[in-house]
Amino acid sequence: MANFTPVASLAGGILIGLASVWLLAANGRIAGISGILHGLFGAMSAQPPGDRSWRVLFILGLVAAGFAWHLYAGPAPAREGFGLGWAAAAGLLVGFGTRLGGGCTSGHGVCGLGRFSLRSLVAVIVFMATGMAATYLMRHVL
Amino acid sequence: MIHALGAGLLFGVGLWLSGMANPRKVLDFLDITGNWDPSLLLVMGGAVAVTAVFFRPVIARKRLSFDKTAIDLPLVAGAAIFGIGWGIGGYCPGPAITALSNLSLEPVVFVAAMVVGGLLAKIRPSASAGSLAQR
Repeated sequence: MANFTPVASLAGGILIGLASVWLLAANGRIAGISGILHGLFGAMSAQPPGDRSWRVLFILGLVAAGFAWHLYAGPAPAREGFGLGWAAAAGLLVGFGTRLGGGCTSGHGVCGLGRFSLRSLVAVIVFMATGMAATYLMRHVL
Repeated sequence: MIHALGAGLLFGVGLWLSGMANPRKVLDFLDITGNWDPSLLLVMGGAVAVTAVFFRPVIARKRLSFDKTAIDLPLVAGAAIFGIGWGIGGYCPGPAITALSNLSLEPVVFVAAMVVGGLLAKIRPSASAGSLAQR
C-alpha cells in the first residue's frame, strides 16, 4: 500500500461529490460522465433543444480542469508499455458497456449510490468485479 | 449553463487531486493481488458521502424522478463489459476525458473508441429500445 494517498483521495472525492450535487441542483442532471458524453452522439429523438450545450460545457470544464492541474502540478507522466491498440479496445468496451448498462463509476457509483439505488449498487459490484478480473489478467497473466 | 461548466471544472479538479485521472493509480486499486492501493475506495467514499447527504433534499425540492429501477440483463451485461474495459486501461469515462489535457495520443484514442462503442451499443438490432434509454 506504498502508493496510498488517503488525504488527497478523500478530498478529491468530496470535490467530485460536490460537483455532482452542483449539477443536480443547478441543471437537474445526474453527473454521469458516460451519459453526458453518449447523449451528444446518436442521441434520443426526445431530447429537448439546448440539451447539447450543457453537455459540451461540462465536458469542456473537465478538460479545462486538466490543463489547470498541469499548470499547477506539472504534466502527467506518459505511460510506457500500453499500446494504442489496447487503448482502443478498452475504449470500445467502456463505451459499449456504459451505454448498455446506463452508467459508469460516476453515474452508477457516485450518483446512483448517493440516492441509494439498488440498480446502481448491482452495477457497481459487477463492474468492480470484472475490472479486478481484467486487471489481474493484464498484469499477472498476459 | 455556466453551472455545467463550473461543475465540470470542479469534477475534473477532484479527479486530478484524488489521483484518479492517473490510470495507473486506478489499476493499482483494481489489482488486489499486487501492491494494492485502496485510494479509490476513499474517493468513492468521499464522493458518495456528499451525494448521500445532499441528493435527497435536492431531488425532493426539484421534484426529480428516476424511474429506472430494473435490474435486468442490459444493466448487468453492460456493467460487466464496462468493467473489463476499465480493468484493461485504467480509464473510466471521466478520467479519460480530463486526461485529454495530457496532449498525448492515448486518451484521445480511448475517448474516440468510447464514443464509437456507445454508438455500437445504440444500434444493437436485438435491443429493446426502452431498456436502452440512457440519461
